[in-house]
Amino acid sequence: MYKIAVIGDRDSVLAFKALGLDVFFTETGEEARAVMHRLMQEAYAVIYLTEDLAEPLHAEIARCKDIAVPAVILIPGKTGSLGVAEAALQSAVERAVGADIS
Amino acid sequence: MAGKTINPTRMELTRLKGRLRTAIRGHKLLKDKRDEMMKQFLDIVRRNRALRRQVEDGLQRANAAFTVASAVMGPEMLEQALLYPKTSVELDVSYRNIMSVNVPVYDFHTTGAEGDIFPYGFAQTSGELDAALETMQNVFHDMLELAQVEKSMQLLAQEIEKTRRRVNALEYVMIPETQQNIRYISMKLDENERGNTTRLMKVKDMVLQEAHHFKQ
Repeated sequence: MYKIAVIGDRDSVLAFKALGLDVFFTETGEEARAVMHRLMQEAYAVIYLTEDLAEPLHAEIARCKDIAVPAVILIPGKTGSLGVAEAALQSAVERAVGADIS
Repeated sequence: MAGKTINPTRMELTRLKGRLRTAIRGHKLLKDKRDEMMKQFLDIVRRNRALRRQVEDGLQRANAAFTVASAVMGPEMLEQALLYPKTSVELDVSYRNIMSVNVPVYDFHTTGAEGDIFPYGFAQTSGELDAALETMQNVFHDMLELAQVEKSMQLLAQEIEKTRRRVNALEYVMIPETQQNIRYISMKLDENERGNTTRLMKVKDMVLQEAHHFKQ
């Protein structure tokens, strides 16, 4: 049985708590990385990250990319979309096609 | 294999011909696999784009609603209201096979109160919070599907990359090299054959000369 985790700053992710997801509040990239490492060991199938954590955690995200569990999904934080997720999608397409199409 | 010496023998030739046949067949199959995966992949990418837009819009709306609720109730009250959830979400993961790539299928179910997501009493909270939570819950379905689609996309991308490399390696390295080696061996064998014929003719001349003092 798997669980779902949400990592992000307090204001962005507090609401997910009410839905029954496991929410972890982090203020810095360091903290987020520590939490992320812990969650990757545990039975989390989906980990939602706020987009501003994509930069400090890009090594961890890359590591999760090629394995089936967990799925790391970027969601916009309270400041709205930063376009990081769109860029990640673009890079996946580039990886598959071998050229930039769009 | 270029530069490596190969034995110009019939056995080697037969072996290489067999390999070439296998390589060509494998190349065709892998190419078909790549094309089909690409088709599926582009569908998934399109779906992913749509879902992401939906989720981002939804979250923005939910965030706006929460901001309003927070303004009405005060952030401390809001946090207190949400801190102890009534329900907990569990996730079943099964796998679906797309062109021999196992992609996850998520199936979640909530345990706890049925159909009641509000983990607080109604006395001290505002109606805005209820609306915000409801928006959030609607977005959550899309978020889960987004997770599934995005993961599928990543796994497929990886597999396509691998297949693409294999196809290219076969097409531009393996097959031409084997063909070249086959050409080399058959040339060499032909040359040996010709050398043998001339030698035989020469020997025949010598033998005739010796037996009958025959002159051409």
